[in-house]
Amino acid sequence: MTDERLEKIVANLLRTGVSIAAAVVLIGGIGYLLHQGEQPANYHSFHPEPSVDRTLRGIVTGAARFDWLSIIQFGLLLLIATPIARVAFALVAFGLEKDRVYVTVTAIVLAVLLYGLIGSR
Amino acid sequence: MAHTVTRLCDRRATIVARLSLNRAASCWKSWLPHPDGWGWIGFPHPDGWGWKPGWNSVTILEFTPIVFAISMLAGFVGALTGLGGGVIVTPALTLLLGVDMRYAIGASLVSVIATSSGAAVAYLREGYSNMRVGMFLEVATTLGALLGAYLSARIPTSALAVIFGLVLLHAAWQSTRNAPEDAPGASVDRLARALKFSSTYPTPNGLKHYDVRNVKTGFGLMFGAGTLSGLLGIGSGALKVIAMDQAMRIPFKVSTTTSNFMIGVTAAASAGVYLSRGYIDPGLAMPVMLGVLAGSLLGARILAGARTQVLRWVFAGVVGLMAVEMIWSGIGKKI
Repeated sequence: MTDERLEKIVANLLRTGVSIAAAVVLIGGIGYLLHQGEQPANYHSFHPEPSVDRTLRGIVTGAARFDWLSIIQFGLLLLIATPIARVAFALVAFGLEKDRVYVTVTAIVLAVLLYGLIGSR
Repeated sequence: MAHTVTRLCDRRATIVARLSLNRAASCWKSWLPHPDGWGWIGFPHPDGWGWKPGWNSVTILEFTPIVFAISMLAGFVGALTGLGGGVIVTPALTLLLGVDMRYAIGASLVSVIATSSGAAVAYLREGYSNMRVGMFLEVATTLGALLGAYLSARIPTSALAVIFGLVLLHAAWQSTRNAPEDAPGASVDRLARALKFSSTYPTPNGLKHYDVRNVKTGFGLMFGAGTLSGLLGIGSGALKVIAMDQAMRIPFKVSTTTSNFMIGVTAAASAGVYLSRGYIDPGLAMPVMLGVLAGSLLGARILAGARTQVLRWVFAGVVGLMAVEMIWSGIGKKI
């Protein structure tokens, strides 16, 4: 597989990921505004108690329950996952090219990303 | 610029009327920020100043469109100046709306991922980016981003505001400059050869070969760029371009496009930490992400190549003012 072809696939992967994430966030946002729009907006002081479950499982089950904030959060999670999927894809591509140096480099980046998403809590 | 938009008295008047609070507040006074340091839009205070905490009068339904409009404007200006929407949306949210800085940087980080990934298609079509250089440097930026995200919870928001202001000042200065000439004849670095960094990029005279040098310096600068990104929820594209273009002597076009695809990966590294810490509030991140994304796509489409020098100076002035106000608020512990 040529680098050029690879980059085209990657670009489309990114665009698809962002489009899906934006659509999910929009749907959740509309539901949120319709159902909870009359509540006061309070963002001028930070409140560490969560407005929505922040764990991966909490977000997914919340979204399945049609909790609107969880649906938005799920869309944001999809958005965060997009560049991570892109790195995972590059790992496979470098593996197919049998480029050991870059398989290692990409694996390190992927490990850091997954640590940030899962391991840092 | 955002000031003039939000200073339109009738828009504020409708909010005030909707709240039916303090309608007697004199117009000029209501446009000044409250001495306690809250924003311009929002709750009228009994004294006729800007908003105060605890006045739970503005509803989500009123707040969200304002945030969306500001974010869209930030994304639009960010695309025109090449600064990126994230670096503008955070001061706009904190200074204009009085949003807590932690919510602002969380929402901004999300918008950074969206614009970086959304712009990747346009960039890759041009065939400039260097995936190997990008992936190698992402080791530095993602590690830096984790460090930055770790630090951001341990540094008071007032100090974050000062750092943010300094970064903004630099960005303002940077945006007034033209794309520098590519440095000729960079000699190959041993590390760069081992990592197979040399590549080609399209020019009007066909494909042109380039080499890469100062890999270690570039790597170090990228770690710094990643730290700032994780600390402030920005893409720190300007610093990434400097590292590649000026230190590593990569052609400018290759530097900017490679930087764009690195920005999303860098931001994703700290996003998980922000998410678990509650910086990414879905109710606020929603209008910010959608607004910045729409604004930047619009900006890239409508005015591609229309970056006149005058326009850039105007935006640099606006961003410079935001920078000074950010530093001022930080020093005065108002943020």
